[in-house]
Formats: sequence, structure tokens, C-alpha cells
Amino acid sequence: MISLLIFFPLLAAVATMLVPQGAKNAKLVALTAAVLEFILSIAIVFQFNPAAGRQFTEDYWWVASLGISYKVGMDGISMLLVLLTTFLVPLIILSSFRHQYKNPSLFYSLILIMQSALVGVFVSLDGFLFYVFWELALIPIYLICLMWGGKDRVRITLKFFIYTLFGSLLMLVALIYLYLQTPGNHTFDINALYSLHLSASEQSWIFWAFFIAFAIKMPVFPFHTWQPDTYTDSPTPGTMLLSGIMLKMGIYGVIRWLLPMVPLGVHEWGTTAMILSVIGVVYASCIALVQKDFKRLIAYSSIAHVGLISAGIFSLTVQGFQGGMIQMLSHGINVVGMFFIADIIMSRMNTRTMSELGGIRNTAPVFATFFVIILLATVALPLTNGFIGEFLLINGIYQYSTWMAAVAGLTIILGAVYMLTAYQKISLGEKNKLTETFSDITTSEKLVLVPLVVMIFWIGIYPKPFLDIAEPSVKALLSVIHGAG
Amino acid sequence: MLQLVWLIPVLPLIGFLAIGLFQKKFTGKSAGIIASATVFISFVISCGLFFQLSSAQTIDYFDWINVGSLKIPISFLIDPVSIVMLLIITGVGFLIHVYSIGYMGHDEGFARFFSYMNLFIFFMLILVMGSNYVLMFAGWEGVGLCSYLLIGFWFKNNNYNKAANKAFIMNRMGDLGFLLGIILIYVTFGSVRFSEVFSGAAKLPDNQPVIVAITMLLFIGAMGKSAQIPLYTWLPDAMAGPTPVSALIHAATMVTAGIYMVVRSNILYSIAPPTLEFITVIGTATAIFSATIALTQTDIKKVLAYSTVSQLGYMFVALGVGAYSTGLFHVTTHAFFKALLFLAAGSVIHAMSGEQDIRNMGGLKKKLPITHFVFLVGVLAISGIPPFAGFFSKDEILAMAGVQSKPLFILLAVTSVLTAVYMFRLYFMTFFGSFRGTHDQEHHLHESPSVMTMPLIVLAILSALGGFLGLPSVFSEHHLFKNYLSSSLTVPSSVIHSEPSHYFEWAMILVSIITLIILIAITYNRYVKKGYVTPLAEINFSKTFKTLYHKYYVDEIYEALIVKPLYWLSDMFYKVFDLKIIDGTVNSVNKGVNAASSTLRLMQTGNIGFYIFAMVVGVILMLIYNLYGK
Repeated sequence: MISLLIFFPLLAAVATMLVPQGAKNAKLVALTAAVLEFILSIAIVFQFNPAAGRQFTEDYWWVASLGISYKVGMDGISMLLVLLTTFLVPLIILSSFRHQYKNPSLFYSLILIMQSALVGVFVSLDGFLFYVFWELALIPIYLICLMWGGKDRVRITLKFFIYTLFGSLLMLVALIYLYLQTPGNHTFDINALYSLHLSASEQSWIFWAFFIAFAIKMPVFPFHTWQPDTYTDSPTPGTMLLSGIMLKMGIYGVIRWLLPMVPLGVHEWGTTAMILSVIGVVYASCIALVQKDFKRLIAYSSIAHVGLISAGIFSLTVQGFQGGMIQMLSHGINVVGMFFIADIIMSRMNTRTMSELGGIRNTAPVFATFFVIILLATVALPLTNGFIGEFLLINGIYQYSTWMAAVAGLTIILGAVYMLTAYQKISLGEKNKLTETFSDITTSEKLVLVPLVVMIFWIGIYPKPFLDIAEPSVKALLSVIHGAG
Repeated sequence: MLQLVWLIPVLPLIGFLAIGLFQKKFTGKSAGIIASATVFISFVISCGLFFQLSSAQTIDYFDWINVGSLKIPISFLIDPVSIVMLLIITGVGFLIHVYSIGYMGHDEGFARFFSYMNLFIFFMLILVMGSNYVLMFAGWEGVGLCSYLLIGFWFKNNNYNKAANKAFIMNRMGDLGFLLGIILIYVTFGSVRFSEVFSGAAKLPDNQPVIVAITMLLFIGAMGKSAQIPLYTWLPDAMAGPTPVSALIHAATMVTAGIYMVVRSNILYSIAPPTLEFITVIGTATAIFSATIALTQTDIKKVLAYSTVSQLGYMFVALGVGAYSTGLFHVTTHAFFKALLFLAAGSVIHAMSGEQDIRNMGGLKKKLPITHFVFLVGVLAISGIPPFAGFFSKDEILAMAGVQSKPLFILLAVTSVLTAVYMFRLYFMTFFGSFRGTHDQEHHLHESPSVMTMPLIVLAILSALGGFLGLPSVFSEHHLFKNYLSSSLTVPSSVIHSEPSHYFEWAMILVSIITLIILIAITYNRYVKKGYVTPLAEINFSKTFKTLYHKYYVDEIYEALIVKPLYWLSDMFYKVFDLKIIDGTVNSVNKGVNAASSTLRLMQTGNIGFYIFAMVVGVILMLIYNLYGK
């Protein structure tokens, strides 16, 4: 079942690649595949039993001599992230329909390969398999940014690639070290790695090796400087993949591969990680205040949001963890929405500089309404998805440290400041020569925005189904961490 | 009746969705009529609750946020406190909706306006009906959103947009305090539901540090929402919104949410005497401070706005001295007369073709007879002249404050005097003397249509008679208002427990009436007989007047102390820290690698990216080979 979920997009990618060059069908093939994948994941949700913990496990030897297995399975945490992936990818593909990308069959097949790798990351239960999927996810996004990116793409993607690869190699070293500590015939099996009894000093450096790898991916301050350039310069579908789904690999990594693996290391360094995350929240929010380019502003705001998720997770409380889960979904939905809004503006106006815009609401009221809704979700207004996540996260952080919660909470003020100011500059006021030609959104754009908005309110008003999927797994994981620490 | 409770907020929500989603389908006045109707039905149901309900009821609907031991249902609490608020919100709200049908009649955003208004009513109802702090917070932030949307309703004007942003952001500052307070409540009591929190608090002694912290944090939220020092400057700016919005949101309902919240949490506040003292200080300071500013303002709405800030200060003083029902009583009478004053001011502005500066008005008495009459009722009510509504509630606050502390009493009495002065100044400058506007304006002067004057008359009746709900003990044994609420309220043990003596009350009533008559005579002499008009040019202002006119330069001080440094710091973060230091370090590492690679270049092409890519692909291919090769 899960293997189908992983490899179906890969097969579809091959099919997409085979669509002759120049034909328009590539995107339709890709979209159909992504929709089928989504339906498949929904079918799995209906069979999923949250209380049963890890399920649908498949375990085959891959390289038996090295103790590497193809072992996959899903608990509630994986389930939600897989759902996020399968929900967003079709929308990302659909959102790109308005552009004519050169060499579309390659472009869309890369997106599907990426999806394959992302699902693989979220379900892998073998250290090596996890690493392979982790790296596999990097390649298509690297190529997407490199081949379809903006002016400065070569320099920026190279930096992005080296930076994240540096992190991955640290993780690989840590994984191999753990592997070598397993008794008897060494294995990468996650259960074996969990049950290692390492000394505190070993756990400390492994903590850092993993943490840096994951912190770069998210990114957490001060490992974030590749992110604004990359987000800004990538083609929008690439930015959406990076911010909507790929950064969750980092958070997922922390949850699955860092916290339960080295509880003593977490005990020693968790506070440091929280402090970095909280600094990042305020630091990135402040920087977002002074951005002139809207896409760059979203990039920095994303750093702030991810910092809050990271801090909530490291608080090791049920509320912080569950808040992190909900906020991963919410952030994925909202940031994709925001980047889509930015893309609509960019493609109509050929600029993202906010001071050149203004008054868009006059000519495009429907667009402005979607913009406001996604904005409100981003600033965590109650009854939107953002509130559920941020409330739980700040709650979790508070239980860890009052002061950190107060500082991290500044995001609710600063977020409102930069988002409302941006909205005012772009959308309100009198229209100018440039924006008077702004046409309201088309049906295909609505097809992307409506599902996002539905999810914003669904999670905001009735988050129970999502919370229920994750809660037993979160509690089980926390008891592993607390039990060992 | 209880089965219908959910309809109270849901009806306006449906109104919002229907009008908001299908704006273009609502032609003519239909949007206004539907929006008014939803609020009216909610009002009728609220009345039903008022007559039928004998005890507090909690009605659970569904689970909202359940995580671990944190359980937050969507659930409503109906008790006397929430019923009073329901009646004010839906009752006054309905009248303002009807009025708006006339006031906004020619606006191109007519349907949009009513959709926002209905959304506001929805959130306000959630705020007062929610049976736990998080649901209350949802309403709390929701009304802030509607306030933002309606202040910036005329979004083409960027000054209005700035005022809207300011309101939202300042409220958010308070909201952070509120949110942390809620979390501390959860950490302390293991629940955010009123029933559990209050029963837990009832067992605690006075002066627990954690309770003081909770109440202080919650009060920070109230300072933002109810415009108290230092978070009050958004409210005068909020007058950028259409006048019915000022009446509904920024006078009668939303800004009293802070008072509602404290009254709702009275069990917590009663065991936190330091917080009560703090509230008294803030309330008194705000009351007198903003009253002095109101003395000099020349915009009809700004005068009323500062007067609102001042009256909210009064209400907080009542709460601070533990007289919760008195605070809520003043909320009620204030809702009547301040809504009346704003709507009457709207009628004046409407007649004056949008003019708001009272220096350009004058002599409107004859042209706008109904508006003039109801405005006078409002002025009498707010100035505290018996038997109008404001007299009773304000008198009660003064009396309760007088029992606690004489200096407090004197400060409030001075504020009360100032209130009468600025209100009569406003009244005389607007309606008496000769007309000072342009010929065009004079030509267009007209009384408002009956769809606007009818709500005014109803509000005038309420402002005139509403005070009899709470007759002081010298007149009657039965304080209807207080008795109705008593089951939901506590009395702090830290305050002095004695009813003001009858002798004291009589003296107070007499002195206040005499003082007011003298004051009115003086202002009449100055503004009507001598025809004094505040000069248009600032050069002619005295120094004190100028300082007051510029609101003590508080906005400028905030700009210099908070806004500018924040942007400066952010700029430093970005340009120095992020681009130079952090990214510079990263790049120099990269350069080191590049330097090394250029050595390798002698043998290879030197593109690191390509090599790493090739390496990873190679590893994967090897593994795949391994898998299938066996």
C-alpha cells in the first residue's frame, strides 16, 4: 500500500517524461497522476487506525549484507505529512498551469519525482532508506531551481545545494556512527537505533550532527541564509515545494530521527535549540518588516513560523507537539497560498516590489478577498488554521519557559505588522497606472485557492480529525523521549 | 428557548456569508434589510432568554481543540451577565443596522458594509457567549478583525488604512497579554473553561502571585480592546470608519469587551487586590487624561471618541473598586447614549455633506430639529443630569469610588465636570450661533430620513429612561440591574464594605446638579452669548490648548520611542547582521571550498555542484544495482 504511494508518482514521472516535447499534455498527465495519488492517500486514511500506532509496515531486505532494509510504515505523524504532500502537489501542479515552462515534460516529471521522495522520507523506517529519500528529494528541486529559476539562479542554487548537502553529510556521518553501534550484524532499522544506549557525550555530538542537518532544511536561525534567495529566485512551483512540503522534512527529521534517538543529547542541548528557534522567530519577523519584495517578505515570514514550530516541538509537551503537527499542515497550506498570491501578482504586474503596487482591490475584489483570508490565516486569527497551531505551540513553549513564550509570542504582533502593511501597500489605496490593468482571478486560479481556503477554515473550526490522527503517535513518541531522558 | 441559543450568533453569520458571497445579487437596500433582520431575530431570542432563564446554563456543541488535558469545546454560557451583553449587542446593534440603511444608502460598498457589520455581530456574540477563555478570545480577535475591516472600509484612502492597521496592531499587543494569560490559566487550573477555572479559584485565598499574574495579563488584553492608557491611541484614529461603525463598534459594544471580560472573570479579580488597584489607577488616569484632550478637539467625532475613552476609564474604576454590576450598568447606559450621540453626529455629518469640523458648523438647531433634540438628550445623559441615564450609572460609580477613597472621588468628580464642559461646548458650537460652513453646505442642509431618525428616537428614549433600571438606594429599595446580576458576581474582600450613606448620596446629587447648572451657564455664555469659536489657525492657540489639541503628542512619542527604533533595529538585522555577518560567514566558507576546488581544477572541470550531484546519483545507482544484482 505504502509502496504504491511512494512509487506511483515515480512511475507517473516516467510517463510524463515520455510525453513528447512541446505537447501540452505533460501537465495534464502530471496533474492526473497527482490527483490519483491524493485519492490513494485518502483511501489509506480511511483504513488508518490512529490508536494502532505504526501500521501498513512493509519490511524487505535491500542490502542484507549491510543491514539495510526497505522498511516503511506510517504512524499518525507520518500520515498527516503524507496527506499534506498529496494534498499540496496537485495544487502546486495546477497553480503552474498559467505559466508556459520550457521543456514541460521534464519540469512536471521532476515535480512527481520530488513527491515520490517526499513521501518516502515521511514513511521510511530504515536509517539508510531515509537518507536516500532525503537526498533524492534534493535533486529534482535543485534542477527545478537551476533550470527554471530567476536571473541569479546559478549562484543561488549552488549555494542552496552545497549548504543542504553539507547538512545531509553530517546526518549521514551520524547515521553511520549509530549503525556501527548496533549489536551483532549491524542494522539501520529504526527500532534498533532507538534502543541503542549511548553515552551522554556521544549523544551530544550526534544531536548536533542531526540538528544542523535538520535546522538547515527548515531553516532555523542562524542556518537560514540560503533560504530567502532560493525562495525568491526559484520558479513558484519550486518555492511552493520547498516551503510547503520540503521544509517539513527538517521538522519531521527532528521528530522521528533526532528526539527519540538521542534523548540525553536533547536533555543537554534542547534549550539551546529552543533559544535559536525563538531568536529566529523575532529576528526573521523583524527582517520581514523591512522587505520591499513581497516574495522575500513571505520567505522571511516563513522562517519566523518555522522557528515557532521548532521551538514548540523542542518543548516536548503534548500541546507543543500537536501544535507543531497542526502548524506544519497550516503553514504548508498558507505559505503555498501566499506564494501563489505573489505569483499571481508577479505574472500580472511583472513586479513584486510592493511600493510599485497598490489599489489592486479596486479592480480585483475577489482576488483581494482570497488574499485577506490567507493573510489572516498566516497571522493566526482564531477560526483559521493558523490560530490552532500557534495557540498550541505557544502553549507548549510556555510550559517549558514563560519568557520564551512571551518572546516567541511577539510573532503575533510583528506578523500582523508586516502582513497588514504589505497588504495595504499591494491591495489598498488608489489604483495606479500599473495596477489599473490588474484583472481579477480566473477560474483555474480559483481552483487552486478554494481548496486552500476550505482547509484554512476546516482546520481552524474543526481540527479534531487531524489532531486525532496524530495524538496517539505523539503521546507514544513523547513517552519514549521522556522515558529515556 | 435554550434550543435556539445557537441561532443567536449563527443568524448574523449566515447574513455575513450570504451577503458577502453574493454581494452583486443584493440590489437596492436588500442587503441592509436582511442584515438588520438577522440581528433582530437574534434580539428576539435574547429577549426570550431574558424572560425565561432563571439560572446559568452551559450548552456544549462540539469539541474544538482537544490536546492532551487541554479540552476546549465550542460551548456557550448563558447567564445574567451574558444576557445583558446579548441584549445590548443585538438591541443597539439592530438599531444601528437600521440607521445604516439610510446612512450608507448611497455608498457603492453598501452590501459589503452590511456583511462586515453582521460578521462583527457574530464575533461579538461569540465573545460574550463563549463558555471558555479560548472561545472568548476567538470572538475577541474576531471583533478586532471587523474593526480593522470597517475602519478601513473606504480603502482607497490610505490614511484610513493606516488607522485600521494601527487599531489591529495595537489590539494585538494587548491580545498577546491576553493569550499568555489564558495559557497561564490553563497551566494553573488545568482548564480554560469558566466553570472549572472559577470553581478552582473560589477555593484560593487572596493575593496568590499566580492569580495576580493571570489577572494582570488578561487586563493587558482589556487595555488594548477597551482603549486604556497606554494602548488607547488607536480609538480616536478609528473614527476614520463610517459613523455607524463608530457608534456600534467603537462606542457601544466592542470597546466594552474589556469590561465584560473583567466582569466575567470577577472571581479571579476579586482575589487579586493588587490588580484591582492597578485597574483603578489606569481607569482614573485614562478618564481624566482623555477628558482634557476632548476639551480642545474640533472634529465632532474626535470629541466623542475621547469621551468614549474617558467613559471606559470610568467603567474600569467601577471594576477596580469591586463594583462589577455598576461597571456593567455604565456599559449599558453608555451604550444607549453614546450610540445615540454618534448616530446623531452622523446625522449632522450627513446633513453637512461630510463636514466633521465643528468650527464650520453652528446654528443647526433649526435645520435639524430631530437631530438637535436627540443630541441634547445624549448630552444631558452623558453629562450626568438627572433623570437621564448617565446620571444614575455615573453617580453610582462616584459613590462607590467615594466609599473607597476621597482623592479618587475628587478626580472622578473633576472628570465628570470636564465631561459636561466638553459636551456642552460641542453641543453649543454645533447647534447654536450662526452657520459657519460654505454656501453649498448650507444649501444642502436637511434633516435625515426617518430610517435614520427612528433609531435615534428609540435610543433617545433609552438614554432618557434607561437609568431607572438602577435607581440608587435613596429612591428605591430595588436596584433592578444589580439584583438581576447578583448571582454571577462576587464582592472582593479587599474593598471597604459599606453602602454610601443616604446623606452622602443626597449631598452628592445636589452638589452635582448645582455644579452642572453653573457650568452649563458658563459654557452657554462663552459659546452662545459671546459666540466664541475655536480659531481655525493653530497660531492662535495658547500653549496649553495646543498641547491638548495635539493630544499631548503621545502619537509622536510612540513613533519616536517604539516605531522608529523597531524599524531601525530591523534594518540593522537585515543589512548588517543577516546579509553581512551570517551570510558573509557562510559565503567565506564557500569561498574556501572554491579555492580548494580551483586547485583540483587542474585535473577536473571544477564544478562542485556537478560533482556532488554526480556523487549522490552514483551512490544511489550503486545501491539500486546492489538490490537487483542479487
